Amino acid sequence: MPIKWKEYPATDFFDELVMAGGRSRPAAKPLIKYLSKLSEQSLIERRDAADVTIEQMGISFTVYSDGENIDRAWPFDIIPRIIDKKTWSVTEEGLKQRLKALNCFINDLYNKQSILNDGIVPKDIILKSKNFRPECIGVTPPHGVWAHICGTDLVRDIDGTFYVLEDNLRVPSGVSYMIENRAITKRVFPELFESMRILPNNAYAAELLKMLKSLSPRAIKQPQIVVLTPGVFNSAYFEHAFLAQQIGAELVEGSDLVVKEKKVYMKTISGLERVDVIYRRIDDLFIDPAEFNPESVLGVSGLMEAWRQGNVALANAPGAGVADDKVVYAYVPKIIEYYLDEKPILPNVETYLCENPEHQAYVLEHLDELVVKPANESGGYGMLVGPHSTKKMRDTFAKLIKKHPRNYVAQPTLKLSTAPTLCDGLVPKPRHLDLRPFILQGKSLYCTKGGLTRVALREGSLVVNSSQGGGSKDTWIVDEEAV
Amino acid sequence: MLSRVAERVYWTARYIERVENTARLINVFNSLLLDLPQGVDLSWYTLIIINGSEEAFNDRYKVQSERNVIKFMVSDLDNPSSIVNSMFWIRENIRTSRDVVPVETWELVNELNIFIKANLQYGLNKGARHEFLEHIVAACQQIVGLIQGSMIRNASWYFLNLGTNIERADMITRFLDAGMAVLLTEDTSPNQDQIVWGNVLSSASAEMAYLKATGDMVNGPQVVEFLMTHAEFPRSIKFCVDRIGVCIERLPKGQELLVKVKKHLDHCLNYQDFERLGHPLRQHLNDMQIYLSALHNDVAATWFALD
Repeated sequence: MPIKWKEYPATDFFDELVMAGGRSRPAAKPLIKYLSKLSEQSLIERRDAADVTIEQMGISFTVYSDGENIDRAWPFDIIPRIIDKKTWSVTEEGLKQRLKALNCFINDLYNKQSILNDGIVPKDIILKSKNFRPECIGVTPPHGVWAHICGTDLVRDIDGTFYVLEDNLRVPSGVSYMIENRAITKRVFPELFESMRILPNNAYAAELLKMLKSLSPRAIKQPQIVVLTPGVFNSAYFEHAFLAQQIGAELVEGSDLVVKEKKVYMKTISGLERVDVIYRRIDDLFIDPAEFNPESVLGVSGLMEAWRQGNVALANAPGAGVADDKVVYAYVPKIIEYYLDEKPILPNVETYLCENPEHQAYVLEHLDELVVKPANESGGYGMLVGPHSTKKMRDTFAKLIKKHPRNYVAQPTLKLSTAPTLCDGLVPKPRHLDLRPFILQGKSLYCTKGGLTRVALREGSLVVNSSQGGGSKDTWIVDEEAV
Repeated sequence: MLSRVAERVYWTARYIERVENTARLINVFNSLLLDLPQGVDLSWYTLIIINGSEEAFNDRYKVQSERNVIKFMVSDLDNPSSIVNSMFWIRENIRTSRDVVPVETWELVNELNIFIKANLQYGLNKGARHEFLEHIVAACQQIVGLIQGSMIRNASWYFLNLGTNIERADMITRFLDAGMAVLLTEDTSPNQDQIVWGNVLSSASAEMAYLKATGDMVNGPQVVEFLMTHAEFPRSIKFCVDRIGVCIERLPKGQELLVKVKKHLDHCLNYQDFERLGHPLRQHLNDMQIYLSALHNDVAATWFALD
């Protein structure tokens, strides 16, 4: 039996494809119509084709569990998520605006610190941040840019407005899955690409390469670019290899590199070769055992000094994570106004800083309604989701908040948007999702057409992380007027 | 090119060639057993002997049966050269050096890996074994073909070719040794010489090339001479050794290495006495395996050793 959209459950949330009564949103119309004509048998075939494609393309991610690394096939839902082009164009401008301002902010923090001296952002917040790196003071990287690759998490509220949930400025991952998701969908629903105007998302690799080249300290035609990976046991290794291949760069591990006379070289079959740009996928604290974690075997001794001397570019620059802190997040609207003299295009989610006594009192009183997040973690770990919590969990968090107020922020539980998802069987059910677009800044700015949509596969769940049972969907930016 | 990556692509090529040749060897042995007259007591264990795996095999199995030999060669995780283990290493090596081989290589390797895992029981089962092994051979050839047909001739390509040809030369010595071993252990029965050498030829896909080159019936001395010395046939020792020389020469620091290994390479080719097969040939084949292993060590020391 084909899909009956009239039976698709209406919820309190914004659904990306289907409105009340089973009517499709305008941009999704051809897809919804197409799916309702597809027989059950063909739907099964398409879903199986996606599974086979994923296995054949070897799209996997690594989960660390029970002391073992397990390579799992990428969990993928074949029904794409659709955003109309008009909405996206505004969002894209907002994302670029945000990254541009954040880079001004980071460069200011490591140099003049005007924003602190002018009292816009409290000094304490920065100086207490565990992501502020005194080792970076006085450095201005090429173009004054620190965060070259940013993966901003967006969510849609009940009326469909996009909110920024967090800025990932350290080593954001997921872009390879965005690209692979499209490759899968093209194999699964080729007809739709003929009948709908779906914006391509394959320019990312070329833009990444262009951006990395613009950072080269040597003005040569073919700067030596490498992708630095912690190795095959890292959960994002698939992506590291994928990106290196896409941009034609060497995929290196720390042991492949060596610093001599404040210049970086890689060990090759012909001897040592100079390296100009390192796209590093290793956290700050592991990149240089001489300056940070001395136990690190992932990094390269002397790398920081080579970078400070301007002999090698690091993307993202060390220390960029200072702006990737959930306390700093609360100040981003002010940061945008301060540096760009513009109104923020994209709104923030209302954020309570537990360090502020008034905010803290409110948070403690409303723990059962709020989401409490540690200021510096990623991957959805160490969070309290109020409405889904037990009394015991809330008590634990109350203690933690009182003990380390600087480490926690709280936000209202968001009414995350949903989209039809085939999770159990062939009947589509609304499931919550978010969106991670990727923004690049070097000499110029670029934003992906869409991004990586992650979906919580369990009913009612808001946790979309693939390490915790989330899945993903292809994201289509559709030019409605051309449909 | 990174030393670490060079090492990985080199081993990838060796393992692909190993998988293909192991599948060929089992297939040929299968058909050999069908061709030889009843009463000829040819043991599957011969395959274990020519691969030099007696100790590993006997540690694992009490009975030298067909089933155990096939299991050991195809699916045994304790045999480092089993097809399943070789596939594991191909996949690991490609996974960590995907950026230097054609994009589709990874997909083809995954497909083959999935196929082998899903169809292992057909390898053990006599009825479906041939098809199972033929599929593996074809899939390996597809991967090698992809690399030949779409890869830029850079250092990665030379390392892949170096790996392929070292492994292939080694396997040819083992095919020849297998034939010799069968003939030395069996009582002569009519037609046996022709059956055995015919199968050795077919293990190297060489029947047609042999007939065209020699214009003669299959016979031991000519088959051995053909597989060892024919300069234009890609599965002859001579061809592989020539390719090994070219690959080494084209790589950085290769000239010096070539001077060093030339003596060994020449020695591989200087066997003359094709009329008198038997133990001297087996001794020579054994020496060649030792030279190839020494050559591998020199390659590793020149290009793969970090620091």
